[in-house]
Parts: sequence; structure tokens; C-alpha cells
Amino acid sequence: MVDITPADGIPPAEVAEVELYHPRSWWTKYVFSQDAKVIAIQYSATATGIGLVALVLSWLMRLQLGFPGTFDFITPEAYYQFITMHGMIMVIYLLTALFLGGFGNYLIPLMVGARDMVFPYVNMLSYWIYLLAVLVLVSGFFAPGGPTGAGWTLYPPQAILSGTPGGQGWGIILMLSSLILFIIGFTMGGLNYVVTVLQGRTRGMTMMRLPLTVWGIFTATVMALLAFPALFVASVMMLLDRALGTSFFMPAISEMGEQLPHNGGSPILFQHLFWFFGHPEVYIVALPAFGIVSDLISTHARKNIFGYRMMVWAIVGIGALSFVVWAHHMYVSGMHPYFGFFFATTTLIIAIPTAIKVYNWVLTLWRGDIHLTIPMLFALAFIVTFVNGGLTGLFLGNVVVDVPLSDTMFVVAHFHMVMGVAPILVVFGAIYHWYPKVTGRMLNEMLGRFHFWVTFLGAYLIFFPMHYLGLMGVPRRYAELTDMTIMTESAHHLNSFISIMAFIVGFAQMVFLFNLIWSIRHGREAGGNPWRATTLEWQTPHTPPAHGNFGKDLPIVYRWAYDYSVPGAKEDFIPQNMPGSFGPSREPA
Amino acid sequence: MSVILVFLLVIAGFAGWWLSHQRLMGKPWLEQGLASDFVAFDRSALPTAKIGLGVFLAVVGCLFALFTSAYFMRMTVSDWQPLPLPRLLWFNTGVLILSSVALQCASVAARRGQVDMVRLGLVTAGLTALAFLIGQLMAWRQLTDDGYLLSSNPANSFFYLITGMHGLHILGGLVGLGRTTAGAWNGARPERLRLSVELCAMYWHFLLFVWLAIFALLAGWAATFVDICQRLLT
Ligand code: HEM
Ligand SMILES: [Cu+2]
Repeated sequence: MVDITPADGIPPAEVAEVELYHPRSWWTKYVFSQDAKVIAIQYSATATGIGLVALVLSWLMRLQLGFPGTFDFITPEAYYQFITMHGMIMVIYLLTALFLGGFGNYLIPLMVGARDMVFPYVNMLSYWIYLLAVLVLVSGFFAPGGPTGAGWTLYPPQAILSGTPGGQGWGIILMLSSLILFIIGFTMGGLNYVVTVLQGRTRGMTMMRLPLTVWGIFTATVMALLAFPALFVASVMMLLDRALGTSFFMPAISEMGEQLPHNGGSPILFQHLFWFFGHPEVYIVALPAFGIVSDLISTHARKNIFGYRMMVWAIVGIGALSFVVWAHHMYVSGMHPYFGFFFATTTLIIAIPTAIKVYNWVLTLWRGDIHLTIPMLFALAFIVTFVNGGLTGLFLGNVVVDVPLSDTMFVVAHFHMVMGVAPILVVFGAIYHWYPKVTGRMLNEMLGRFHFWVTFLGAYLIFFPMHYLGLMGVPRRYAELTDMTIMTESAHHLNSFISIMAFIVGFAQMVFLFNLIWSIRHGREAGGNPWRATTLEWQTPHTPPAHGNFGKDLPIVYRWAYDYSVPGAKEDFIPQNMPGSFGPSREPA
Repeated sequence: MSVILVFLLVIAGFAGWWLSHQRLMGKPWLEQGLASDFVAFDRSALPTAKIGLGVFLAVVGCLFALFTSAYFMRMTVSDWQPLPLPRLLWFNTGVLILSSVALQCASVAARRGQVDMVRLGLVTAGLTALAFLIGQLMAWRQLTDDGYLLSSNPANSFFYLITGMHGLHILGGLVGLGRTTAGAWNGARPERLRLSVELCAMYWHFLLFVWLAIFALLAGWAATFVDICQRLLT
């Protein structure tokens, strides 16, 4: 191995024009803070809070599906409202906010070796606008008529007709306003994440030395910055249709014998805009998960990630491709067959880089020194779940098979596996992994293992049987199925079973929350680097990292993020900021 | 959706160019230490704020490209009746060009360190931009007085929506311009002032470009242009 450190001193690494902001009072330190670490915790706490609302909504839905007719207050209207809010909250306000606003804010500056985000003030605004968006969303529950029940896709014209809950009330207005706010807030945060990766990297931290977590969050943010405007445009135009009677999306329509003022609008236009955002959104949630899992596996298997370059290319490739597949959600909208062919092809091509990533994870594990820590358990569970969801995706990607399955519980099972359970497992793994850095203490091991096994097995017991219900033809988005011939005795039993499992899994999350709070004070002291990891966030002089992250001097990076078990090195990991050459002599590239 | 795809292609071009400078083919697992030629890959020499603004403008561009895409798609429905653009818009265009020119002058003056000229340029730019906004509002008034209401035809809806969005962006820019102007009077450090002035100028030129594009769109020239392109392709 050739050491290529230049002899004549190393230039300083600080970003010259960005001055570190110093809080003066309690308020500016903990509430209106411009420190990315505090903002990250604010984002995470808010996302968790609203995520709990979505969890409770899923319980209510399961109550209705598992024990139909028992609960009078769950009317069909209420069921639609629950579905809509549950879906929207889970996808946008929980997962997107948590991965980018939460993990992005905490990890990007620390992992690239920066003192903070490059535009801290804008970063702070981003959080407060997100909070406002969440409050506006929640206010829908208290508005007259309740929240919107249009389904998370909000398809017009039904979304703003009086037959849909909240359609002619406040529900849809509040939902659209909240989305608009969310996008404005996200854009502010997103600028920070992207530009910090571009400009905040410390000396020696080239793009190809970044941990894959940063690559994942970075690419997902770029995608989100380009995809969310489509949802913004769709929301603004629908808001005008609803509030001021324009006809962007609304065709001529009469309702209860009364002609509405709209004329000639195009619902298909909305679908294009929505899915132009909606498909990349799947990968906006998936790419950070991919990145984080790569780092968890490498660290806890004490082995360098297999095929780092390919992993980077795959992340970038997936990001780019996911912008040209949106119309596969619209096969039934009557498009030109050649377009259908084009979109089907691009959809299939995107499977290639995804498969490469799975192979590389497996090859990283191969002959690794696997420590079955809780983060590792969650990472392994993610791979299994993701592959599983990918396989059912093959069913749905095949048009002939898709036709009888579309809009059944099979689809619900499929997307919960790939974009519900899989990313959530990564979130949990990541929290167990980084909690010691955030608080200085370990999460309780026993509670953690309990949480893992109940969540992992429970999620399978919830969603696996749903595939069978779907094959039987049980439709999705139905509040009441009792009188249908397809609902045999055994299907009812299966439904009740799924509901009971949903409650058990939900209960395990309460144990997890308890663990999070209890361990802040009572957890085992973690020390600075409990997992013996290489990346920069574990090399800070203080744990939790102090304001400014790295003390007097920023770290200088001498190697990539995956020097685990290098032969000849004293320990089985070499931090990125440790100078010197290790390992058998290899030719430099 | 072709407009937004073309726009994304341009963005992808930029991204590809930048990525091609990041040694994506390197073998990071073999490279230990700090080569002097590595330093070049650390970050761009451009000021961070400029890169931030650049990224933001890409997002704004995306927004207007999407409005344009939606415009073209909605236009094909038979109820579409183009509205006559008020003459005033030509005047407004001139005013906005003036505003951009003034900021360009301010930016040149800032480079030369002529604080008086910077102040003059900033104030002129601010006032002309305000005049542009007032002009736009007057154009709206004219149209509503003539009965071209927001919801009476999709062409009108798009007109108000797109010009309104553009106006909001100018309004946001005025906040930044105001802060820069205040800095120019309160003795901001010269290099700081220069950077803020340059940022304002960049934003203004971009919004001028957007305005010219949407003016062409609303006047119907863009549709003719796209038509010709399509005919050339088929
Ligand atoms: C305890 C875990 C969860 C349970 C028990 C659950 C349950 C449900 C149920 C019963 C439905 C309605 C099915 C129907 O009748 O059509 C649903 C819909 C949905 N869920 Fe979940 N869910 C869970 C977690 C998640 C997560 C983590 C996500 C994040 C991506 C998610 C995203 C969605 C979406 C997007 C919909 C579709 C909403 C719509 O049709 O408009 N869910 N879920
Ligand atoms: Cu898709």
C-alpha cells in the first residue's frame, strides 16, 4: 500500500465563509436551535409523534376489518379517513421526514466532517415549517367534517366532491395546505443536506470516501428536491379547483342533480403530476435505507462493504431511473401502448441496480465476523423483507398477473413489505446503532431483542396472510366485507388473526418508546465508539458531540469508510481519520 | 410532461458532468493517505452560498417547468380559449429587464469596490422590481375588468396561477435584496457585500429568464415553437 500524504503540511479544512453560530440563551440552544443535531432530534421526535397517530389509525382500521360490525364509531366514512391519513402520514410525514430531516440532519455533518450544516438558519426554519405542516394536518381531525377520505393518492374528481369525506368540507383544504407547507419546509432542509455534502466535506473526504449512508441520503434528497415540486404544483392546482372553482383537474360534473361550476379539466393530468412525484418518493424512502443498511452490515460483520463503487453507481442509477417510470402506476388510464411499453421497460431495468445491491449485501456478510447485535438483526431482517417484497413485486410487475391482483389485499401486502416494513426495520436498526452517539448510553439489550423479534415476526404474521386474502380476491380500501361471497369463514378468521397481531406489534413499539426514554438516564454508558466503527461520527472528542462537533480541529480523512479487519492493523477497524498505511502491499489505483 | 423531462435532462447533464469529476472509477479501498491531487476533489472553489442558490434555482426551474408541462397538457382540451394579453405586459417586461441590468451594474461596481454605484444599482433594482409587481397587479386588474376571471376559462386560470407564482418569487427576492441594500448602507464588509450583490443578480437574471419563458408561453409563441419542433421530428 502506498502512502500518498504530501510532505508539505496539510491545508486547513474549515469552510471559510460559513461562520459557526453560537447560541446565547436556553431558547436558542434547545428550541430555536440552529444546530443540526438539535434540529435532527426535533424532526425525529415530531415524526415519531405523528407516526404514532398513523399507528393508532392502523389499529382502528384493523379493528374494523378484523371484527366487522363491532365498533359503531368506525363508519365507512371514518374508515376512508383513517386510510387516507394513515397512508399519507406514514409515507411523507413519518418516513420522509425521519430519513432526511432526522437522520440527514444528524449524520450528514458528522459523517462528512463538518461543524454544522452550511445554512443553519434556513435549516432551523425548515423544521418549524415542517412542524406547522404537521399541525395543519392534524387539525383536519378537529375540523368540521373531519379529515379528507380521498385515499392517499387524492385523485380528483372524487377528492373534492361531497361524496368523499372532507371533500366539500375542510378536510381536503387542510391536507393540501399541509402538503404545500411540508414541501416548502423540506426544500429548505434539502438545500442544506445537498450543499453540505457538496461543500462541507472535510479535507481528504472525497465523494468516493463517503459512507454509503451519506450517499443514500444525498441522492434521495436530490431526488426529493426535483420530485416534490410536482406534488406542489398538483396541490396548488387542486386547491384552486376546490376553493376558487377553477377547472384544472375537474371535468364537467354534476352532483346530486346539480351542475358543478367545473368544466373540461383533466384528472389524468393530476395523475401524471402525482406519480411524477409518487414513484421517486418510493426511492426517496428506500435509498437512505439502502445506504444505512450497507453501513450497519459492514460495521457489525467487521468486513468492508463488498463492491463499494458498484453500490455508489447503483444508488445514483436508481435515482436517475426512478424519474422515468412514473406512468407504470397509470397503465389503466388508457395511454398509448408504446408509452406503456416504454414505462414497463424502464421499470424492469430499475430492478438491475436494486438486485446488485442485494447481492453485495449478501456478499458482504459472506464469511464476515457477524456480530448478532440488535442493529445487525434489523439489517438482516430488512434484507429478508426487502427480497420478499421484491418477489411479490415480480407478480405485480407482470401485467397479466397484475390485472386480477390489482386493488386487492395482495397489493396492500406487497407495498407494506417493501416500503412500509422494510424501511421501518432500517429506522429501528439505525436508532439502535446511533442512539449511543446521540445520548452517550446504550439502549437496553433485553428490551431491544424483545422489540426486534416481536416486530419482525409480527410484521410477517400481519402482512404474509394478506397475500392469501388478496389471492382470494379480497379488495383493498373496503370498510365492510361481511356479505361478500369471497369472505369465507376462514378468511374472517384470518382477518381477526391479522388484527390481533397488529395490536401485538403495536404494543412492542410502546416497549421500544419506553426503552428510548428510560435509557437516556439508565442505559449502560456507551463510550465514544461502542461498535468500534470507522466513520467520523464515532471519532468525536465528546459523546454526545458538542456544539461544533469536532473540537478545535476538524478531522482529516486518510481512508475510505470500510477499513475493517485489515490484515496487519492493530485493531479490526481503522478510523477514517487515522493516518498511515496498513495492509498488504497493494497497487494504488 | 415533455417540458419537465427536457428540464430534468439538463439537470442530469449537470449532475453527470459533476459526477464525472468525482473519480467514480477510483478504487477508494486502495487509496490511503492524502494525495495533493485529492484536495482538488474536496469541494468546489465557488462560494458555498452561490452553490446553494444554484441548487435552489434548479428547484424553482423544476417548478415552472412542471407548470409549463401542465399548461401544455391542459391546453389540448377543447374548452381552452386563449386570453388576449394586456399590452402592459410588454412594459412590465421592459421594467424587469431594467431591474436585472441595474443589479448587473451593482455587481460590477461591487467587484470594483465602488460602494456608491452599488447603492445606486441596488435601489434602482429594488424600485424597478416593485414597479414590475405593481404593473403585474394592474394587468390582473385590467383582465378582471374585461371579464377574464380566474375560473371562467382554464387559460385564464393558468395565466393568474403562473404569473402569481412568478410574482411571489420576485417578492421573496425583494426580501433578500432589501437586506443586501441595508447592508450596503450599514457598512457591510466589502467581500460580504459583493457576494450578496452577486447572489441577488443571479436570482434576478434567473427570474427574468423565467419571465421571458412564461411570457412566450402565455402569448402562445411557445406552443407554436413546440408545434414546429414536433413537425420536424415526425
Ligand atoms: C403496524 C403497521 C401497519 C399496519 C397494521 C397497517 C395497516 C394498514 C391497513 C389496514 C391499510 C388499509 C388497507 C385497505 O383497506 O386498503 C393500510 C393502508 C396503507 N398503509 Fe399501512 N399499516 C401499517 C404500517 C404502514 C407503514 C409503515 C407505511 C409506510 C409506508 C404504511 C403505508 C400505507 C399506505 C400508503 C396505505 C394506503 C392508503 C390508501 O389506500 O390510500 N403503512 N395500512
Ligand atoms: Cu412506481
